Amino acid sequence: MIPNPFQSQLKAHRWLIARRLSQVGVLALFLLGPITGIWVVKGNLSASMTLGVLPLTDPFLLLQSVLSGGLPVTSGVVGALIVLVFYALVGGRVFCSWVCPVNPVTDAAAWLRRRFDLRGNSALSRNLRYWLLGLALLFPLLTGVLVWEYINPVSMFQRGLIFGMGWAWTVILALFLFDLFIAKHGWCGRLCPMGAFYGLIGSGSIIRVCATARDRCDDCMDCFGVCPEPQVIKPALKGAAAGVGPVILDRNCTNCGRCIETCPQGVFRFGTRMSNGASLF
Amino acid sequence: MADPTAIKMQGITRRRVLGDVLKTACGVGLFGLGLGLYSSRASSLPAYAIRPPGAIPEDAFNGACIRCGLCVRDCPYDILYLGRVGEDIPTGTPYFIARQGACEMCEDIPCVVACPTNALDHVLTDINAARMGLAVLVDQESCIAFQGLRCEVCYQVCPIKDQAITLDRQHNERSGKHALFIPVVHSEHCTGCGKCEQACILEEAAIKILPHHLAKGELGRHYRLGWEQQAQSGGPLVSPDPEHQYHLPPGMEYDHAGEGLIRESGAATPFSDNPLDVLNQQGPP
Repeated sequence: MIPNPFQSQLKAHRWLIARRLSQVGVLALFLLGPITGIWVVKGNLSASMTLGVLPLTDPFLLLQSVLSGGLPVTSGVVGALIVLVFYALVGGRVFCSWVCPVNPVTDAAAWLRRRFDLRGNSALSRNLRYWLLGLALLFPLLTGVLVWEYINPVSMFQRGLIFGMGWAWTVILALFLFDLFIAKHGWCGRLCPMGAFYGLIGSGSIIRVCATARDRCDDCMDCFGVCPEPQVIKPALKGAAAGVGPVILDRNCTNCGRCIETCPQGVFRFGTRMSNGASLF
Repeated sequence: MADPTAIKMQGITRRRVLGDVLKTACGVGLFGLGLGLYSSRASSLPAYAIRPPGAIPEDAFNGACIRCGLCVRDCPYDILYLGRVGEDIPTGTPYFIARQGACEMCEDIPCVVACPTNALDHVLTDINAARMGLAVLVDQESCIAFQGLRCEVCYQVCPIKDQAITLDRQHNERSGKHALFIPVVHSEHCTGCGKCEQACILEEAAIKILPHHLAKGELGRHYRLGWEQQAQSGGPLVSPDPEHQYHLPPGMEYDHAGEGLIRESGAATPFSDNPLDVLNQQGPP
């Protein structure tokens, strides 16, 4: 039977489509109220209230607020705990690849880089984000002001989409061009302290991408090409000899699933961190 | 042939690692310095932007507020906005502009209830205790009440009527026979809701909400107002007030409290009743 080309395309992009739907869906929930008057979710990604009962708070922002001397109320703390527990289980950087609206922008830059073979890349360390995270948390402690929030493109963009953009689009455009021409995966993979924070939250997360069938790998490098954090793949994929893997345990894996659908050999699949050594998968 | 990993490792020396760390630290530090200096400008709130009720002092607000916009969403009158990138308002923080839409002073204060961080202080449960700013009649030259015209719109719309704004009746010097009804704001009652500024009938409001630090003077802490102290304690605190003494001719008195010079009836005066006598009086030779 000849597979329907549309269906095979759909299958080859199933996780990408799911992520885009998730990203758009989150924004749609926030915009439903202001546009139609049907209020499901109020607020924005920094803090929200769903149906008047479920508070959600961005722990990165709440931590900055507390460090500045703020005393959050119960709903703020409960909301942050719910978010913390959720991402601690499903993977911290699931926020980056499934929720954050900057992700489609930097994904677009990465796609154009691949499409037109743009190779310009400045050697920014992937650890720079932890320095910036330290800076973002140090500022409220020292100055009592959420200084990072004056330039944070992530909150600027999501707030702009929900409450009015102002000139925030210029920052996002700059970020896109930076990723396109200056540094590959520059923002999400090297600089963003919010991603660093969520990565740390999810250091021990349960849901993990697993190179289950790594013996089938024929070194085509497609997964490395498409992965926004390619350094996370190697230990799991190539660690058989050293007894490492096959689960990707690096905290910076965003669980985006691109490797799963890109790999022609079907090496990867979603699993749990317990998949290591076990023959379950 | 040399082991390739050994060659690779040769490049990584302690010197190089330290150098890389220092390089990064310097770069991040420089960036942080710039960001810190920028933030002091970015934190300043212009006087026309007013924080929602219950907002903690501005410095602390810029730290506590996480820019979620829940107060904006829960305002039933949609007067609140979040500062957008490029505006003068600290990015993402809530404000309203009194002239465009004043606070309606909801009794349940939904904006405060919605705040997850106490940037809008949940201690505030009585909206009349809110202090968003202070109404100031900034321009007496254009306020038509000072021209002797009846307006009183600010007085009429004030939600704390007859307390936050009262009308002070003064003599109209121009006509000589009419009264001026001058609006006077009382800071102990004004919540800064902005209804007066919104309603002012002028092209540009003569009464405006200003932040307290711009609107209020402050008496030196060592100052004591004698009459208040006296009223509190029931008597003079230092020494009894000496009776006023005037060097007046016999039969005359001076009333300090207002009546002025008092001539006791029938008393002899050094002056003749006829003013001409005084005018014709010869000076010393």
